[in-house]
Amino acid sequence: MTEILRTESLSRYFGAVTAAEDISVTITQGEIVGVIGANGAGKTTFINMITGYLPPSKGSIYFNGRPIKGLGPRKLMREGLARSFQIPQLFLELSVIDNLAIALAAAQNQHMQMLQPVRTPERLAAADEIVSQMDIARYRDEMVTAMPQGARKLLDIAIAMLGEPKMLLLDEPTSGVSMEEKHALMDTVMEAVKRRGLTVLFVEHDMEIIQKYVTRVMAFANGVVIKDGPVEEVMNDEQVQALVTGKRSRKSSATEKGDV
Amino acid sequence: MPLQKSETLMVAAAVAIGLAGLMSPSWLIFLTTLAVAKALVVLGVVMLMRSGLVSFGQGLFFCIGGYAVGMGGRFWGIQDALVLILTGVVASTAIAMILGLLLTRYREIFFAMLTMAFSMILFGVLVKSHNLGSTDGFSVMEWSLFGWIPQSGMGVFWLTLAIGLLIALFLNRFFQSSIGLACEAIRENEVRVEYMGISRRQVLYINYVLAAAIGAMGGSLTALAAGHVDPEMAYWTISGEFVFIALLGGTGHVAAAFIASMIFALVRTYAVEFLPNSWQMILGIVLLLIILFLPKGIWSLFRRSRRATT
Repeated sequence: MTEILRTESLSRYFGAVTAAEDISVTITQGEIVGVIGANGAGKTTFINMITGYLPPSKGSIYFNGRPIKGLGPRKLMREGLARSFQIPQLFLELSVIDNLAIALAAAQNQHMQMLQPVRTPERLAAADEIVSQMDIARYRDEMVTAMPQGARKLLDIAIAMLGEPKMLLLDEPTSGVSMEEKHALMDTVMEAVKRRGLTVLFVEHDMEIIQKYVTRVMAFANGVVIKDGPVEEVMNDEQVQALVTGKRSRKSSATEKGDV
Repeated sequence: MPLQKSETLMVAAAVAIGLAGLMSPSWLIFLTTLAVAKALVVLGVVMLMRSGLVSFGQGLFFCIGGYAVGMGGRFWGIQDALVLILTGVVASTAIAMILGLLLTRYREIFFAMLTMAFSMILFGVLVKSHNLGSTDGFSVMEWSLFGWIPQSGMGVFWLTLAIGLLIALFLNRFFQSSIGLACEAIRENEVRVEYMGISRRQVLYINYVLAAAIGAMGGSLTALAAGHVDPEMAYWTISGEFVFIALLGGTGHVAAAFIASMIFALVRTYAVEFLPNSWQMILGIVLLLIILFLPKGIWSLFRRSRRATT
């Protein structure tokens, strides 16, 4: 399997607070990796460091074998690394179609054109295909402000995928979305991901979602990766259950009762 | 490139106004000429507002455009109006290219105050320049257009209308273009813009320089029409006037700046006529009413009526 992303001793400190410490992981092409952890465990800090939103205090990051530490969002995007945000980062006062039109123009490197309209027939056709694939076609001409949170998340992810990235980092794609909508949203996202053959790293709190959609899990606690491996293995790990998922295994519970 | 419906209407309006000038009194022709010239500077303010920036220093480029016309005729012997206007545009563009490197790093009140500061620096320099007439300024020399020397205000009226129309057509396309929408995207969310691979500073820089060049055209035409330039052109109240007109019109369409500029000129003229000592109060009330009832400017009235008919 070909390596796509590697971090070595990646750390981030905010004064005396350690947000992330010595994170060394390797992700191979095509993997769907889930990142779990309690609030403040360092998940988003980890994603922010990889995507150039936050400079690491120390350590290295390699993407497709090339060092990317210190590169800004624009260069990372050109390298093929895209991301979505926990709070969707969209152009609220523009229509959905305009959000996509400018994203498509940027993806085609035609965003500096001065006289050609941004809404070309080709871009409109491409945007229509995207809204249909992401199941947000009914909001096509609406302002983003008129969209519910789930639809905004889908648009945010759709925009992230437009630059033909090789890897997609999703920060809590289902947060703020109702229980009923979560699985439908993830089905739509995963279908789009598979169609493009992307590698995905996503932060998630919902363990059901993790178990359903990922093949590998990285569990964070107190800024470090406490367990990294196949879903079942990580979920059954006692330390993960104690610090992340909140579940205790029958064996450890019985031992504790026996002790009493 | 075929004309869009709104562009055809703008061409028709310009032709109608040009022809109406033949039957209008000279004071109205002069008022319209100045309103159209100032609308060009207002369009520069609108361009910046669309990208989320408010400039209280667009008077800087208005003044540079005006002084370039004055100095071109007086010191360098340039007589042709188009060459004089081009001189102002080149000077403004050059200065905007330098200032833009700094200003595009700033947002909100910091951008507004810095633009005002640069404008006031020019005002201060001109006030101290005795060769340029100090606070009195100086008169613009006689000018020509391809060898024709206009004998009345009609020459500069038509020239201003023609340039105003060309700029309106250009900006109409610019606002619909990728870079035009990128400006609006920057106003809405700079983080997403960067994660799309767009350089926000590059976009803002081009927008700022272009707004300066268009503002200079407005200043040059004002100088040709008024026949006089003075440091007041760079004073902050003049820049405030451009922001006032931009708010009055709104950022919905290029035509809004021209309509608002004409309304402003008429309201001010009549306010001064009827309330010579408190005409500013009338303008204040007008702005208050606009902000309360038409927060997106006069153009939102056209949008509402269009929505009502569909």
